[in-house]
Amino acid sequence: MPDPVLTHYFGVPGFVLLWVVTLVSLGLFATRIAYYIRVLGNARPDARWDQWTKRLRLFAANVLGQRRLLGEPVIGIAHLLIFWAFVFYASSFWWNLIRGLLPVLPVPYADEVGWMALAVGVLGLLGLAALAVAAVRRYLFTPPRLERSRDATLILILIALVLVSSLVGAGFSAMGEGRQPVGRLVEGALRVLGFNGPLPGYLWMWWLHMVTVLGFLAYLPYSKHMHLLAAPFSVFFADLGSSKVPAASEGASKREEFTWRELFSGLACAECGRCDRACPALTSGSPLSPKELMHELKELVRRRGPDGNGLLGGKIKSEHVWACATCAACMERCPSFNEHVPVLIELRRHLVARGEIDQRLQAALMNLTRYGNSFGQSPRSRAKWTQGLGFRVKDARKEAVEYLWFTGDHAAYDPRGQAASAATARVFERAGLSYGILYEAEQNSGNDVRRAGEEGLFETLRDKNLTAFSKARFERIVTGDPHSYHALKNEYGRSNGVLHVSELLSELIDSGRLAVRSQIGQTVTYQDPCYLARYNGVQEPPRRVLRALGATLVDMPDNRANTWCCGAGGGRIWMEDVPGVTERPSDRRVRQAAQLDGVHTVVVTCPKDLVMFEDAVKTTGLDRQLEVKDLVQLVEEATRPPEAATHG
Amino acid sequence: MAIWIVAEQWRGKISPITYELLVLGRELADALGVPLEAVLAGSGVEDPGATLGKADSVLYFDHPLLAEPVPELQAKAIAMLAKIRHPQVIAVPLSNVSLGLGSLLGAELGSPVVNFCKDVRVREGRLEACCVLYGGKIEATVAPQGEPVVLGICPNARGADESHVRPTRRVERFSFPLEPSPVRFQRYVEPEAGDVDLTQQDVLVAVGRGIQQKENLKLAEGLAEVLGGAVCGSRPVVDQGWLPLSRQIGKSGVTVKPKLYIAAGISGAPEHTEGMRNAELIVAINTDSRAPIFDIAHYGIVGDVLDVLPALADEIRARRE
Amino acid sequence: MNITVLLRMVPDVVEELEIAPDGRRLDDEMLRMILSESDDHALEQALLLKECLGGSVTAIAPEASEVNDALYTAVAKGADRAMKLTGLAAGGSTTVLARAFARVLSGGAGVVPADLILTGVQAHDDLDGLLAPLVAHHLGLPHVSIVTRVQVAADRKTAIVAREYPGGVHGEFEVPLPAVLGIQAAEKPPRYVPVAKVRAAMKSARIEELDQAAWEVPPAQIEVLRMDKPEVSSHAEMIEGTPDAMALRVCEILDARGLL
Repeated sequence: MPDPVLTHYFGVPGFVLLWVVTLVSLGLFATRIAYYIRVLGNARPDARWDQWTKRLRLFAANVLGQRRLLGEPVIGIAHLLIFWAFVFYASSFWWNLIRGLLPVLPVPYADEVGWMALAVGVLGLLGLAALAVAAVRRYLFTPPRLERSRDATLILILIALVLVSSLVGAGFSAMGEGRQPVGRLVEGALRVLGFNGPLPGYLWMWWLHMVTVLGFLAYLPYSKHMHLLAAPFSVFFADLGSSKVPAASEGASKREEFTWRELFSGLACAECGRCDRACPALTSGSPLSPKELMHELKELVRRRGPDGNGLLGGKIKSEHVWACATCAACMERCPSFNEHVPVLIELRRHLVARGEIDQRLQAALMNLTRYGNSFGQSPRSRAKWTQGLGFRVKDARKEAVEYLWFTGDHAAYDPRGQAASAATARVFERAGLSYGILYEAEQNSGNDVRRAGEEGLFETLRDKNLTAFSKARFERIVTGDPHSYHALKNEYGRSNGVLHVSELLSELIDSGRLAVRSQIGQTVTYQDPCYLARYNGVQEPPRRVLRALGATLVDMPDNRANTWCCGAGGGRIWMEDVPGVTERPSDRRVRQAAQLDGVHTVVVTCPKDLVMFEDAVKTTGLDRQLEVKDLVQLVEEATRPPEAATHG
Repeated sequence: MAIWIVAEQWRGKISPITYELLVLGRELADALGVPLEAVLAGSGVEDPGATLGKADSVLYFDHPLLAEPVPELQAKAIAMLAKIRHPQVIAVPLSNVSLGLGSLLGAELGSPVVNFCKDVRVREGRLEACCVLYGGKIEATVAPQGEPVVLGICPNARGADESHVRPTRRVERFSFPLEPSPVRFQRYVEPEAGDVDLTQQDVLVAVGRGIQQKENLKLAEGLAEVLGGAVCGSRPVVDQGWLPLSRQIGKSGVTVKPKLYIAAGISGAPEHTEGMRNAELIVAINTDSRAPIFDIAHYGIVGDVLDVLPALADEIRARRE
Repeated sequence: MNITVLLRMVPDVVEELEIAPDGRRLDDEMLRMILSESDDHALEQALLLKECLGGSVTAIAPEASEVNDALYTAVAKGADRAMKLTGLAAGGSTTVLARAFARVLSGGAGVVPADLILTGVQAHDDLDGLLAPLVAHHLGLPHVSIVTRVQVAADRKTAIVAREYPGGVHGEFEVPLPAVLGIQAAEKPPRYVPVAKVRAAMKSARIEELDQAAWEVPPAQIEVLRMDKPEVSSHAEMIEGTPDAMALRVCEILDARGLL
């Protein structure tokens, strides 16, 4: 076959033309990339060079293995094929380009090398098939929240063109040299269409392919589909911590106030809609869309010139920002490992710094500042629930105990939480546990305060708690509140063990220290709390406990790491209702529970879940069908000594 | 020597609190064996003593500048009279109209002022006032020293004895020169005309902070509807904009005496209760068992209004069928 | 426009109030003090006026437990100066405080003359008088109380204020400046200021102290004989049970009275 770059076209040698097109394309590409580098360079720094091996493993699983995309299997496999086709095509392209630009190099073109041509050919066919699947899904069975933008269509067409031009070129090449199996397949089709010779078809296809790819390369950083370039980096530089909270800042609203990685989330976003589909706020009708958030972030980076006024240039409203429960379902699903929750927290910090918060949240924060709890009650009544138990709960400030029990606000001040606390205390007594509480020295853990954007108040609460811990004597901390659990375990800088009560109960039952005396022979379902199951991976201990109690567990859809939030987290329980809500997340969840055969009890292990679901069964009118019980209440019932069985 | 009460007149009418002060003043005057005199500072009042019969006489200070409700001028006028007539006690109403009058009188006369009196008695020949502090959480028993003593009297210190609203025997008229005050009254601004006159309603469903959000008002409206009444609220609810000003009950709002008053999620702060405590039947709902509203309600429910209001509305509807 | 706000700390009633052994005052062991609610509104109104008209806001408070917090918070919210009256006898009455403020405001060293003096309409321990009218009286300034709106004229020489009357009625008054206003409610609810800003104010701002020790405090004219927790003479008959059961009982009561 003639060398396309040594052939002359209108008197000009091919490689000259190639140089011109290449320089123009790479010039455009580099200019735009330089712009992005400048914008990201002006943003706040965030060092993500740590834990290389962990990062490489993440990259391998999620970029090379496309793991998160496989969650939706059909498109997952299709995308995996497209990705690998792309990898091989990219390699083959660069090979051909360099060889084309420097014809003096004594190397063949990629498609002249047997195994390479085979790989490219096979992947080309598979890739085209996958593209067809993707196109059908995108245009005929459009998944909810997937945007069919012009950019996306153009890119689909360009990728198809790249694959098709290569395959057709292989077909023409096969007419000339005839060894490649894929080439021979296409050759057959070409002859049917009336083509009889390799030229000028081969040259046309070669140039079409090169120009398309070079054009694609130049276009890509100007389009909305930077994710092709950005996603591998966004995965590598993912947030490896479990907290999903940005480093200390005064909040952000303008471009340079965000960190480079937060801005990069916008660029790495493919607008696939997985985050939206998982978001309880959006699904309930609220105006918050994690995908829109990423989109506006992307636009913020792409826009030249000054930011407008307002959040993200005025495109995001404060009601969007406050609608988030920080459940992180979006981040769990995002294939680019984008940072929706930290971005929202940055926006919240910005609003809090300006005092732009609703009256209910303001009252809660002021109560937390002044009284250490969101209920506005005296700190001295924090342990009031222990009166009337019939036994004294130890004061860990005065006596050394093995377990410091951190109750959290709702378990201490809300009547429903107090009932669960009383049950917990009885169970601890029965197990002969050495435990105590901090009485009035305990402050709200600050977890939701931090998520509400009041970082200074979080620090104050944390410091007060740490001081109280230093003055008490204990070995491990146990809490029944997943929000407190998360903060104490991950954000307090402590080395002491922190347990959730379900983990402790599981230990106690397994070791025999807590004896199950009567079986709970019911069929129940269990709500995985976001901060326990998703943020911290604690999914099996509550299930082990339920099994040990003799209960039959039927899981709701969206369980374990995919659990569906009750809507109270992130400070939402302190805020006014979001306008436009058609079905609260907690209402939707209890309706899911009601659909399960034979299930009449929803088991929870979070005081906020208890409150939210008890309200939800009432609001949805399901209160005659479903009962909400805390796990510890079931344990209390099942471990009651026989003579006490008659009274509560 | 006399006991004085300051008769409050606003927009041409004697305020109800004046009659409460007359009952209290009468007690003190009888206990000390001195006359009770009602002091009125106004302009162009034709029959100042028309309804103040519980007092032995009325001292009426007439001056055109007193047509404007400016407390400094009233204080100056009453102080002038006090310097001539030397009363032992001057009882001043603590209402929105007369707020500040007591303090200014005390300053003009160099007299002790005792504020927030819910009761005043004579013990062993001297006055003892029982004063409400810290929003009602503490009562202080106070003995003033000096004369005259200015007492700021809270609403509802006594029941207003309506049957004794008859003319006084004696009216003395005074008029002395008064310097105009630099504060100039411009006009009254009425609240936006409510469609409903709360004082004419037999049934009122009142909401407070316990309703939590504006959306939950419909629960109160539902109940008001089945009972044939109207929705009203305490100050915080109006301040938030959930109800118009015309629906506010209390010190800065309306005083009502309906047959039934349901206080939903209202804590019972004095500023509110002074506007409704004389309702015939008060049913209070609050999550806090120690809320002061339960001290003045006839029946109380410790519970969440969001549960109780719809349950009540449903039960009433069921009975109707 | 120089605005001075007079702030006071009062007992926080969220805590149980206990009476001292001598029965005449509050037991201060468990006592916590909080900024008087209408003083918070006065501060907010001052800040709103400053945002509109420019100028400065000075916050002055008498020494009390937790007053530093309140003053630093005022600075964090936007007050330019924070001052504290020290050396006053403890448990100062409102009449004494009014005189102390008046001394300090009438050309006391270091205090900027004010065009407008704002304070809360009343505090819940104003046993012997209200602060706004007394300060106005001592300074010879005009005053209006129960104010909910302040509009300063363009020439900064007068203000139109709205004052509350019963029945939701407001009265509008024209007041020449300088004047003293007793604020019932600011035009917007008191703003939120994040803890980080208050902490920053604690580091950067200074609370100026105005020592009143040399001043001879006038003798008290009222004597507190004792303090008691109120005896509740009556209490509601409590209805219990589930919401449905309670609704049933209430309906029976209403029915018996012919209200249904």
